[in-house]
Amino acid sequence: MAKDEALFDAIRNGNRKLTEEIVRKLVAEEADVTEMLEASMIPAMRDVGDRFSRNEAYVPELLVAARAMQTGLAVIEPLLTAAGHEPIARVCIGTVKGDLHDIGKNLVAMMLKGAGYRVDDLGVDCGTDMFKRAVDEGAQAVLCSALLTTTMPFMESIAEAFRDRPDVKVIIGGAPITAEFCDRIGADAFGSDANDAVKILDPMFAESPAS
Amino acid sequence: MMRFAAEWPNGKVEQMIQHCAVNDLAEFRFGHALHPVRCGRDLSIGTGTVIPEINFTLPPMTVDKGNWGTVRSHYEEMIQGVLERSVRLRVPGLLVEFETLPDMTSNPDWALEITRLIADRLDEFYIRHRLRSALRLTPNDTREFQRPPRLRGGIHWDNMMEIFTKSAGAGADLIGIESTGGKEICDEALVLADLHGIVFALGVLGARDMAFLWTYIVSACRRGGIIPSGDTACGFANTAMVLAEKKMIPSVLAAVVRVASVPRSLVAYEVGAVGPSKDCAYEGPYMKAIAGVPISMEGRTSACAHLSPVGNVSQAVCDCWSNESVQNVQLLSGKAPTVSLEQLAYDCRLLNTAGSESGQGSARLRNWLADSDSALDPQAYVLRPDVVLRISREIMKEKTSYRRTVAAVRAAIDEISNAHRAGRVEIEDREILWLEDMKRQADTLPATEDELIGAMNGGPLADTFIPEEYGMDVSKTPEETEACTKGI
Repeated sequence: MAKDEALFDAIRNGNRKLTEEIVRKLVAEEADVTEMLEASMIPAMRDVGDRFSRNEAYVPELLVAARAMQTGLAVIEPLLTAAGHEPIARVCIGTVKGDLHDIGKNLVAMMLKGAGYRVDDLGVDCGTDMFKRAVDEGAQAVLCSALLTTTMPFMESIAEAFRDRPDVKVIIGGAPITAEFCDRIGADAFGSDANDAVKILDPMFAESPAS
Repeated sequence: MMRFAAEWPNGKVEQMIQHCAVNDLAEFRFGHALHPVRCGRDLSIGTGTVIPEINFTLPPMTVDKGNWGTVRSHYEEMIQGVLERSVRLRVPGLLVEFETLPDMTSNPDWALEITRLIADRLDEFYIRHRLRSALRLTPNDTREFQRPPRLRGGIHWDNMMEIFTKSAGAGADLIGIESTGGKEICDEALVLADLHGIVFALGVLGARDMAFLWTYIVSACRRGGIIPSGDTACGFANTAMVLAEKKMIPSVLAAVVRVASVPRSLVAYEVGAVGPSKDCAYEGPYMKAIAGVPISMEGRTSACAHLSPVGNVSQAVCDCWSNESVQNVQLLSGKAPTVSLEQLAYDCRLLNTAGSESGQGSARLRNWLADSDSALDPQAYVLRPDVVLRISREIMKEKTSYRRTVAAVRAAIDEISNAHRAGRVEIEDREILWLEDMKRQADTLPATEDELIGAMNGGPLADTFIPEEYGMDVSKTPEETEACTKGI
């Protein structure tokens, strides 16, 4: 199944009702749901993400697109499961201990879901133990966020906790975070905006289905 | 300040401000407030002289028992550097703000220890150098650590209350806070550009939490003989401003959110706060216009903490001039807090020199400050002194925080739209659509608070907040609630 332009546009424009209608119609026509997801739905979200990165779209546009995507996904999810479809990877995300700021973290989670990742959102004020538990439960990457200069040092202990797990990627982000800080604490990557996480994770999991 | 009795939704009888304190642009000046404040070590604010307000914080480091000695030494170094430079530059007075970090709010003894450390230095410099000063203690609001937030009890509330209660004994002269009631809804609503959610967060939840929290703060301050200064919509409108600077939300939305925050921040003054307003409350000019209180403002000098499109206009009617916050890091000339103090001191010198001329000098500088920013961004436009007075009058035509918030939103949208049409403010083409969308949303805001509460309680964000934490009696029918709140 090639890209369905109408479905692509419906998600891109954040039209929930139309998205659901088109998806139901395609399902009724017995279209391949995996292809529907990969050829039309995920590319639509990535297009909005790319427009956001180019300052051509605002976050509310990202969010309405993500909601339209979720509406479509809800229709095809049982069919995807039956077809044995796996997310690209399973990741966990949280704001570090002592920090409550989560607008950026929530946006990253939303972008990753829209790009085909399974995201375990751990919330705010997350200690190392919470990230470890999420990895024990199957997360293949740890994404942590901080806004305060007094909480960003906590990221070092998170990076340290996964030092002996090269299979687990640690990605950091947040207003005071820099690439230099990322290198210093030994994290695997640093993201500067909500769409960066997708670009960082995609190559890491290019051939690796989620556990 | 004209006041009349009113009943808050949680049953407390308070005083609502009825009319604007300032109506004449000629009387809307930096350095002069209708109701000045005298505090600390012989410091007067709003009596004709603009005072620098300095705030500083730690460099990137954790705060724990193990490194407490290092934490203390940073604060000792910062206040010493600031005070020595203040004496050298002969500042007319100094307001120092100590804003606790979350770990300090959670450990009140730590917050009070640093308060005492700073207060002792202020005493020493007053005795040795006659440096007039005051210390504003601002506990960081940790209540949102719990999700959904518990705002009226629990460990976070208890810790904050302990700091308020003991602040006077530790040497604080004023109390401020950046309270967060309603933020749990506003964060979501902002990124969705959902005006109904924003109005609910600010005009309903925020206003109710302000009335509750500030009643306690005012009471603690009265018992301690210190000043209940003011709050800020930092968690709401500054979040919007920063998101807009990062191109995440439209600037027109951030401008409307700023004005929408006015009735919420005003509540502090209706329950007894007297100013100066918090420095990061960019809605401050509205507080000065409506409540007549002195205001602290920040702008270009706070670029060390965050970027903004309002660096000059924010200074136009200030009474204290602040840097927001700066980390204790080394710059070429010295430590950043000392550098920041110097920048504030020179800015205040200029303002006070202009102010010491005839009224014309003051008005000319005020207008330059406003004109240099206001055409370039709608967020700057809504802080123009003339615009502030016009919108304030629209807000004060209403008598409840909710209806005032709706009035603020509509007035801001009208002002921005009219200014854009007249070529007085630049708005990006893609933002025009958002302005039109906001107008459509504003037109459908319900007439009564209860209608909006009903809609939000049944909406997708209902699980995000706890109605009882805002004094909402969920056992009552909307009609019963309406009956209870009539007359507000």
